[in-house]
Amino acid sequence: MSFDIVVGVSLAYVLVLFVVAFLAERRARRGRLGWLRSPLVYTLSLSIYCTAWTFYGAVGYAVRSGLEFLTIYLGPTLLMVGWWWLLRKLVRIGRNQRITSIADMISSRYGKSATLGGLVTAIAVLGTTPYIALQLQSVTLSFGVFADTPVGWDTPDQWLVTAWVAIGLTVFTVLFGTRNLDANERHHGVVTAIAVEAVVKLVALLAVGIFVVWGIAGGIGETMARIDASPISQVPIDGSRWFTLIFLSGAAFLCLPRMFQVLVVENDDERHLSTASWAFPLYLAAINLFVLPIAVVGLDLLPPGSNPDLFVLTVPLAMNQDMLAMLVFLGGFSAATSMVIVAAIALSTMVSNHVVIPIWMGVRRGLGGTSGDVRGLVLMSRRLSIAAVLALGFLYHQVSGGGAALAVIGLISFCGVVQVLPALVGGLFWRGATRIGALAGTLCGFAVWVYCLLLPSIGADVVMSAEMLAHGPGGIAWLTPQALFGVPGLDPVVHCMLWSMLINTMVFCIGSLASFPGPLERLQGAQFVNVFEDGANPRGWNEGAVESEDLLVMAQRILGAREAQNLFLAEARAQGKGGYLPDNTPDFLERLERELAGSVGAAAAHAMVEQIMTGSSVTVRDLMAVADETAQIMEYSSQLEGKSRELERTARQLRVANDKLTALSVQKDAFLSQISHELRTPMTSIRAFSEILMSGETLSAEEQTHYSGVIHDEAQRLTRLLDALLDLSVLEDGRAQLAEQDAVLRDLIDRAILSTTSLSSNTVFEIRRDEPSEKIVLRTDVDRLSQVFINLVANARKYCDAEKPRLDIRVSRAGGELTIDFVDNGSGIPAASQQVIFEKFARLSTASAVDGAGLGLAICREIMVRLGGSVAYLPGQGGAAFRVSMPVAEAVRAA
Amino acid sequence: MSDRTKPLFLARQSYRRRRLIDASRLVPLFGAVIMLIPLLWTEPGSGSLAVRGLFLFAAWGVLVVVSAGLARLLAVTSDGSGGGAAAPDQAEAPGDGDVL
Amino acid sequence: MHHHVLLLEDEPNIIEAIRFILSRDGWQVSCHSDGATAVDTVTRLEPDVVVLDVMLPNRNGFDILRDLRAQRATASLPVLMLTAKGQAKDRERAEDLGVSAFMTKPFANAEVIERLRSLVGA
Repeated sequence: MSFDIVVGVSLAYVLVLFVVAFLAERRARRGRLGWLRSPLVYTLSLSIYCTAWTFYGAVGYAVRSGLEFLTIYLGPTLLMVGWWWLLRKLVRIGRNQRITSIADMISSRYGKSATLGGLVTAIAVLGTTPYIALQLQSVTLSFGVFADTPVGWDTPDQWLVTAWVAIGLTVFTVLFGTRNLDANERHHGVVTAIAVEAVVKLVALLAVGIFVVWGIAGGIGETMARIDASPISQVPIDGSRWFTLIFLSGAAFLCLPRMFQVLVVENDDERHLSTASWAFPLYLAAINLFVLPIAVVGLDLLPPGSNPDLFVLTVPLAMNQDMLAMLVFLGGFSAATSMVIVAAIALSTMVSNHVVIPIWMGVRRGLGGTSGDVRGLVLMSRRLSIAAVLALGFLYHQVSGGGAALAVIGLISFCGVVQVLPALVGGLFWRGATRIGALAGTLCGFAVWVYCLLLPSIGADVVMSAEMLAHGPGGIAWLTPQALFGVPGLDPVVHCMLWSMLINTMVFCIGSLASFPGPLERLQGAQFVNVFEDGANPRGWNEGAVESEDLLVMAQRILGAREAQNLFLAEARAQGKGGYLPDNTPDFLERLERELAGSVGAAAAHAMVEQIMTGSSVTVRDLMAVADETAQIMEYSSQLEGKSRELERTARQLRVANDKLTALSVQKDAFLSQISHELRTPMTSIRAFSEILMSGETLSAEEQTHYSGVIHDEAQRLTRLLDALLDLSVLEDGRAQLAEQDAVLRDLIDRAILSTTSLSSNTVFEIRRDEPSEKIVLRTDVDRLSQVFINLVANARKYCDAEKPRLDIRVSRAGGELTIDFVDNGSGIPAASQQVIFEKFARLSTASAVDGAGLGLAICREIMVRLGGSVAYLPGQGGAAFRVSMPVAEAVRAA
Repeated sequence: MSDRTKPLFLARQSYRRRRLIDASRLVPLFGAVIMLIPLLWTEPGSGSLAVRGLFLFAAWGVLVVVSAGLARLLAVTSDGSGGGAAAPDQAEAPGDGDVL
Repeated sequence: MHHHVLLLEDEPNIIEAIRFILSRDGWQVSCHSDGATAVDTVTRLEPDVVVLDVMLPNRNGFDILRDLRAQRATASLPVLMLTAKGQAKDRERAEDLGVSAFMTKPFANAEVIERLRSLVGA
């Protein structure tokens, strides 16, 4: 078959993958997920565990080590079958905490530690780069098989093929791996393409296997005989390796960034895991079923010295099965590309989130810059990271020359990557695991891996001298890289796993026991370990007003009372609402966060707002999501944005107006019957007693005096009521004459307090003032203003229900505005009533105080409007609080 | 007459489910022991490689079948697991109606 | 004989006035001001007739009337309702609930006595 046809077919295949990914992405985008999120697709996506190392390398492995190749798949099989132990928890946590990668998982668990995130990322990059190189090599090698010369062709061509493959993969990954940055990091396009590739590689291997067993060997019995007769049957099983590799592969299945990506991050539904728990082991068994027959037949069929790593391809070619060979080629191509794509996505997420962004944020903070398009930055850094990861893999391939047997690199990578296992598993099950422990353990394990396996594997006299490898550094025997602590004779991988895991776990435990976790760490630890215990997140806060009030309380604490109140007031006004409590729109929350961030930093600000809004803790992803939202909003054209904001504002105004109208019409009826009631009640007494007096019945002198007194009092009450009504109507019509004169604020307050003392004579009523601040000369209608003060003080005296009632009178002045707050320590006014109290007859309790006609606050409001100021209820002060604001001339200050 | 068909043990479903979970926790442990049997095959040529390979794949197949069965059963019982005790109660209601 | 009237009213001056005129007329007068416990009080005191104000603290007169009509012991108890609101729909509502007589404040003392007398059949 000509090389050109191979190239053509693979290009066509790539095109098909592009189309599949594109269609899936479009489908997902339209919300029609359907089969895109079936357990089958999930299971197939897990098959990226079977890379080209499996596809080509398993046969080579079997030739070299017999049944041992199975251990690489038995570990994951046991792990999947035992999903109830570990994977279920991992997936649940991943979904709950919106984890984006294994680095994110570990960093989150240990209090969002940036250091740990960076370390895990570094290990992942180091462990994955050779693996990517391996995939590139396998594709290049398989191309080479089709070229004229059986293995390898002219070096420049080989170089070129590898480069093109790397570039193609970069383009695909960037296109489908960095499309969206939304909260759920799922890549439906990529996952679907990978599922297709999973089918292709399984079908290809099964096809070769069936061809080998029934086409060449001549049946199952024949094949078994051939197996027993082959040299492979003489290869002994190394017990220590068997055990170690099952453990290692299981651990790697958990820790490999790409596996974490498909297993946890791309998981759409936890129930899929239950299906995958048996379906994926089935896939693994199926893909390995014919490895041994192919190896045996390959050994028989091909000339000695043939590369067993390519038997899958070379056996069909030797039998002139071109179509089968083509299928195998596509299978191998699938295995390699799907691994590289997912690995690149996973690594780029990690590099971008745990290296690039933190550094960039740090630099920007140093420069003192403010806003920016974070979304663009994240996308760009991911794209660059993908390109960098593939470039690294390519470089490694070029530098290492691609000579080593495939399986060796794979195992070395595994050993490196699983160094995060103690921190990961320990963090899931042990609340006492700390950041220090995780950091120290992982670092030590990583160091042991580099020293015992990675550096020696590069070869003697490259980094380590042959002398050092044989006798230890400087002749210190117990430090010999492949025989630590004087335990020689172990297989290098077993040796490295033994010591690295042992030291890693020990240091992790000791470090955790000896250190003390931070608060966030403890919180996260509890959330991870007890993920199944608190089923639903405590999401309370249904009522908007309650949230607003809590936000105000918090903002006052951080920004200072005045600034916070101004912010809320301005926002409420912008929304077209009265009072101090705006709706919690995203815009407002964002603005509030920005304000808070100025004082306590962005992360803390977000955390606090989030805590109030949802009662839950915050993930770093939330932070990103907020930034994303900002950027997305900015993407809209300003016109559209302005319009929608205008509409939103109008709608809100209409809603408020409608509510108010409904309330008003109810109030109008109530007003009529109220005024009737208020007038008729004193009239009743007057009429009844005057009839008694007139009836000529015999009454004692005291009785006569008393009854006349009642009539008199009730008549006065009527007069007061009518006065108040007239007052109000005059004020409302704007006909009130203002008699302006100068007065000192302090005197007005004195007068108000004095004239209300009779109201609370039985209890001690404490009034706290700051007299110096009251030395302000006002030019205003003194009587009217006094009336307002008297009303407010009287209200506090009458309605403050605290055991030790207290009224704080605070005066402050900013700009041209004077504010006087009257804050008592009672139970305050419920949020629902705060809007109503300034309406006529809006008495809150039905228990009518004798002179409480319910007009006081309505009159106050009208007076303040006439005086050019306002009176408002101030929520979030711990009691009933009223704020009187009015303009005041700047320079006027009493001596 | 309906008393006979009524479950005596009201939390039967959730009890069954907990035992299923126990089972799915045990499967990998037995699986691990079986998959470690090759540790006993260390001398070369002491037995047929093909038979041994078949043994491993057979064990593998049994693991798949058993865990598929458990996963299926767990999925079925989990439908009522939101209120493991609620489902039987609902089932009882019509029965009581008959008696009345 | 002394008929027993229970006065459910919260305005002190009105209570005093009604108590005075009814006592003079030979009635035994009890008084209660809290809406929340009014029904219990009626049940406990078993008066011959009740004077019920609409605007009572904690519970309005309509609700009290409905409860009185709902329980066997007081279902046919004569109730005179007094209201200061004086709206037609209040009267309709009271009649729907089964009020025995309805008057608006202010009232003529003689009329109150006359209504009460006719209610107890004296």
